Amino acid sequence: MTALGPQTRGDGDAPARWEQTVGSGPRPGTGPEWQRLHPLTPLIAALRSVVLLVLVLAEDSRNRSAGVSTTLIILGAITFVLLLGGLVRYAVTKWALDGATLRVETGLLRRDARQFPLARIQAVDVVRPFLARALGLAEVRVRLAGSGRANGRLAYLSAPVALDLRARLLAGHHGLDQSTPEPAEQPLATVPPGRLVASVLLSPAAAIAVGLVIAVIAVTSVSRAATAAVGGSLLVYALSFAHHTWKRVADQYGFSVGLAPDGLRIRRGLLSTVAETIPFARVQAVRKVEPLTWRPMGWCRLEVDVAGSAGREQGTSRLTRALLPVGPTATADWMLSSALGLKQFELSKPPRRAAWKAPLSYHFLGSAYQGSVIGASKGRTKKTTTWMPLGKAQSIRWVEGPLQRPLHLATVRVDAAGRGVVADLRDRDSEEARRIFDSLLLASRSGRHSAAGKAPGPETTQGADTSPTSLTAPARAADGTAQPLRDGPPPRGLTYGQPPAPPSELA
Amino acid sequence: MRKAELSVAAVIALVAGVASAGGAGSVPGMIGAVVGVAVLGATLLWLSLRRYRAWAYQEREDDLMVSRGVMFRRMSVVPYGRMQFVDVTAGPAERIFKLATVKLHTAAAASDARIPGLEREEAARLRDHLAELGEARAAGL
Repeated sequence: MTALGPQTRGDGDAPARWEQTVGSGPRPGTGPEWQRLHPLTPLIAALRSVVLLVLVLAEDSRNRSAGVSTTLIILGAITFVLLLGGLVRYAVTKWALDGATLRVETGLLRRDARQFPLARIQAVDVVRPFLARALGLAEVRVRLAGSGRANGRLAYLSAPVALDLRARLLAGHHGLDQSTPEPAEQPLATVPPGRLVASVLLSPAAAIAVGLVIAVIAVTSVSRAATAAVGGSLLVYALSFAHHTWKRVADQYGFSVGLAPDGLRIRRGLLSTVAETIPFARVQAVRKVEPLTWRPMGWCRLEVDVAGSAGREQGTSRLTRALLPVGPTATADWMLSSALGLKQFELSKPPRRAAWKAPLSYHFLGSAYQGSVIGASKGRTKKTTTWMPLGKAQSIRWVEGPLQRPLHLATVRVDAAGRGVVADLRDRDSEEARRIFDSLLLASRSGRHSAAGKAPGPETTQGADTSPTSLTAPARAADGTAQPLRDGPPPRGLTYGQPPAPPSELA
Repeated sequence: MRKAELSVAAVIALVAGVASAGGAGSVPGMIGAVVGVAVLGATLLWLSLRRYRAWAYQEREDDLMVSRGVMFRRMSVVPYGRMQFVDVTAGPAERIFKLATVKLHTAAAASDARIPGLEREEAARLRDHLAELGEARAAGL
């Protein structure tokens, strides 16, 4: 496959290159320009473990007073092995941006050659773990649809190279010339540290912590002997709570989200930083989450669903789906309408008799669809409202459970790409559910058809390139133009170059 | 369409019968066991028949509709353009009766359009037909 790639490109002298491209290994001058990772990469792999090992061994030697020399030998050996592993990985890994495909080859014994068609990118992230950041390095992560294993990781590149690569990947994704510079962005929202810390402290975990402290005080006042026993377990809990809080704060610290022609840009992180870019057409659904504990402050969280799984990768801070980790409801509403072009509408409540089936969540149940958007809310203490454009529907289901049948209720579920991305029109009247089901089918069909009809012909910027492009071009165009989430403004994803008009609310 | 499940029910009933007959020593025990097995078998048969009758699928112009379930009645509709791939599987019980299951996969993890107990030829035909339609109308994500 890799040998075929360069050969099928549209230049005239392709056949002459055939003999050269059949051979394995790097093909200087012929195919894509293979590049290596940054030379400091193996050092980071070793450093991270060494820091950990030093801590562990130091603790160990203090406790058991083992000889310093053995500790050092063990430490040295492990470091050496890690360094060697890193060096080998560095030596066998190479990458290239070849037309509309990102290629990554790695593996010493088991060669692993992967291709990432730019048209299929779901999101591009630049992740900078603390150690890498200290050395001026960054990791580029390309998210494709499917499991986390489908993602492409390039760890590590020097920061400028990583940023340049991201710009080229996104330009290629939007069918533009890859030398197009990264467009300017329009800031949408930031999260001040104070609010972030407050929001983490206002979580159920914090409530439990407070409850425990009160319980401990109560126990202490009753019996001194019990204090020691309770204190020990409390310490463990306190530590894990502190860790959890720290992680949440450090992950989302300095959160800022911006709007650029190439997508939504999210930046966050205290020690390790993450910069995500999500093309608009890749947004499958948006969710507004309002936990009980945040209600007095009028805060909510905004989440976005992308088909590419963020996945937890080793070592680097994990990617969340927050578009706004915590913010006033007004800001979230404004972001929905202005950035995503989503007009929120009133959700209708299911019939009163649905309270018999869902007594604890009836108060938040609501659903409706209007135009080409489905809205659905649910939750017991935490109200979750999902907005999903019908054009993203992968399948539509109608379910009638044994509890619903005597009450003449039914649920209509609309699935979008990804895991657990679903909008539930829950517990509607049977007749109504049937009507909704039928009209959703019709609407989603016309949505897909109009998308296909409106779609401009496949872009030819890549020349007569590989089949992946021609295969995915209609899909991409359909996504670009169909985007019911942004039916107001023109699809910015396809009109690079002119910065988005500043939303008047910001001024 | 779905004889496989019946056979499974029969096998379970048979196994249960053999087990209880072996376990019971006395005559009333034997009678009880036989009656129990008969009742169990009949119930399972009845349940499977009901479930069998609930399964239905329809190849429509633009999408495939699958309905199923007795307790939880479900209806799934998957537009052909959303299909990522089609699976045809045949478990041991299905193989005995020359049956197969066709399953449609979309990019959504929750989509569950599955048609069990198809004749093998019908399954193959359906698979090819679906794959063809899916390719013609591919809609991407």
